[in-house]
Amino acid sequence: MQTWVFAEEIDGAPTSLTLEMLSKARTFGGDLAAVYLGAGSDAAFATLGAHGATRVFHLASGEGLPAPAATAALATLIADHQPDLLLFGLAFTDRDVAGRLSARLDRPVLANAVDIVPADGAVRVVNEILGGTTLVETAYRGPKPWIAVVRPKSFAAEAGAAATPEVIPVALPDVGHAGAAAVLERHAEVSEGPDLGEAAVVVAAGRGVGGAEKMGPITELAALLGAAVGGTRAVVDAGWLAYSLQVGQTGKTVRPSVYIAAGVSGAMQHVVGMKDSGTIIAVNKDEEAPIFRIADLGIVGDLHKVLPKLVEELRARR
Amino acid sequence: MGGQSHTGSAMKIAVCVKQIPDPNTPYALDPETHFVQRPQDQILDDTDRYGVEVGLQLAEATEGTVTLVSMCPAGNLQGIRQALAMGAHKAVIVSDPALQGSDALVTAKVLAAVLRREQPDLVIAGTESTDGYTGVVPQQLAELLGLPSLTFARKVVGGNGKIRIERLTATGYEVVEAPLPALLSVTSGAVEPRYPTFKGIMAAKTKPVEQPAAADLGFGPDSVGRAGSAQEIIGVRAAPERGAGRKVVDEGEAHLEIVRLLEQVKVI
Repeated sequence: MQTWVFAEEIDGAPTSLTLEMLSKARTFGGDLAAVYLGAGSDAAFATLGAHGATRVFHLASGEGLPAPAATAALATLIADHQPDLLLFGLAFTDRDVAGRLSARLDRPVLANAVDIVPADGAVRVVNEILGGTTLVETAYRGPKPWIAVVRPKSFAAEAGAAATPEVIPVALPDVGHAGAAAVLERHAEVSEGPDLGEAAVVVAAGRGVGGAEKMGPITELAALLGAAVGGTRAVVDAGWLAYSLQVGQTGKTVRPSVYIAAGVSGAMQHVVGMKDSGTIIAVNKDEEAPIFRIADLGIVGDLHKVLPKLVEELRARR
Repeated sequence: MGGQSHTGSAMKIAVCVKQIPDPNTPYALDPETHFVQRPQDQILDDTDRYGVEVGLQLAEATEGTVTLVSMCPAGNLQGIRQALAMGAHKAVIVSDPALQGSDALVTAKVLAAVLRREQPDLVIAGTESTDGYTGVVPQQLAELLGLPSLTFARKVVGGNGKIRIERLTATGYEVVEAPLPALLSVTSGAVEPRYPTFKGIMAAKTKPVEQPAAADLGFGPDSVGRAGSAQEIIGVRAAPERGAGRKVVDEGEAHLEIVRLLEQVKVI
């Protein structure tokens, strides 16, 4: 089986999601390549190689939004090389390219994959619905390639032996009006403390926190525990936290050893992004809040009373 | 697609929306067909209210129009009427039993067929639906229609035949601009959706709702629905359950429960 993994460059390197997908695809045996969109570097290609890519198709991105041109380039590569399976991550540009490619090739996309199971020359994709309570297994019909969008943290990223992949530069074609979206500015929103996606402890704020000016107990607790701060969609929409700190379906998927949810009701869209955390602690005034259904410890109470006392207690123990 | 440059001229906007079963009432899959069992009463997908609002604001600025475009079981049209009550001018909803079991790509093809007829300057969609959340229909639509796609917008500004957005990225956001015609996918933070007024609710009852069948758009029975979707559900099973743990009502000392648990898992 020939598997290709789409890799968008972030901060000069492949993302952990890319490495997770490569690590999984390595277990399929067969031929494994990465399609790398970005400036590229020997270090970046070496990382892809160490995770199993024997070839890297390097799409150098230009000034515009790259998805339409990257899609056209990929379609040509696919016609030439006939890969069986293409994996994309549940990330912004990945989704843009996966969707466009599906329409261009007239092949379906199976999204939100949490597992990819090769069997008898075919592939089955497992995804979660209904807030992760139900697993659905889907097979492709019709011709290849099979396209899947994979949820972050579904697989562990594990480097194998160091290996230098063959790098094949690919020019992005001119796609006319479809490619006319120009990127005028790029902004990084820097957050303090550990990276949300990788932190061992996450303290998450929900609507129940009550306002941007009431985030104190959340950030203090996070600082004391060396934790990353995250939030629900309601919290980032309200501007209490940066969008990049959203946990859930549209935001990040996290799997820390401890997740402390404060004022989080536990809507399905949030739960899919954190339910695989090791230990879940929830503080919420509403004793019926759905978050209590998955919390190892649920405190029914006012987070603005419970968290300040917790912070005080932790300070006293230092 | 229509509309070349239209500096200040009336903008013709199509907003893709979906009626869904109320997410607060748990829904189920039919054990035989694996189709979602849909009630007559369906609500406007909450994430679509933002697209409708963005569309209305852009239309109002240019004395343009907003057409709702949808593919879903019509039911009693409650969800579509919600969006019309916000101020959209008309709706085209492709509701046809033949479409049951259609996957994302078939959905995109059907919506694209309506949009080719409507010729809007701007197509707006949510980033994903709340019930299906495949999250690729906007991109599939853009590719089918040959449009630039401004995706994951958290802020939208229009004018002079262009659309400019703040697009979410993994590390922050980027400012992206495209000439019309174009497609826009908006996140739920992009705007504050308006609530329908009483006048709006009354007006929505008589606004035109066109309901073409799949065949009216040129789709044969084999090209849509389950037959037209190149994927097949082969199994549905319960995920390993994560049971609820202990629930403690705070009477002033509950923070100590958290301390004990954090000690147990060796975080402190």
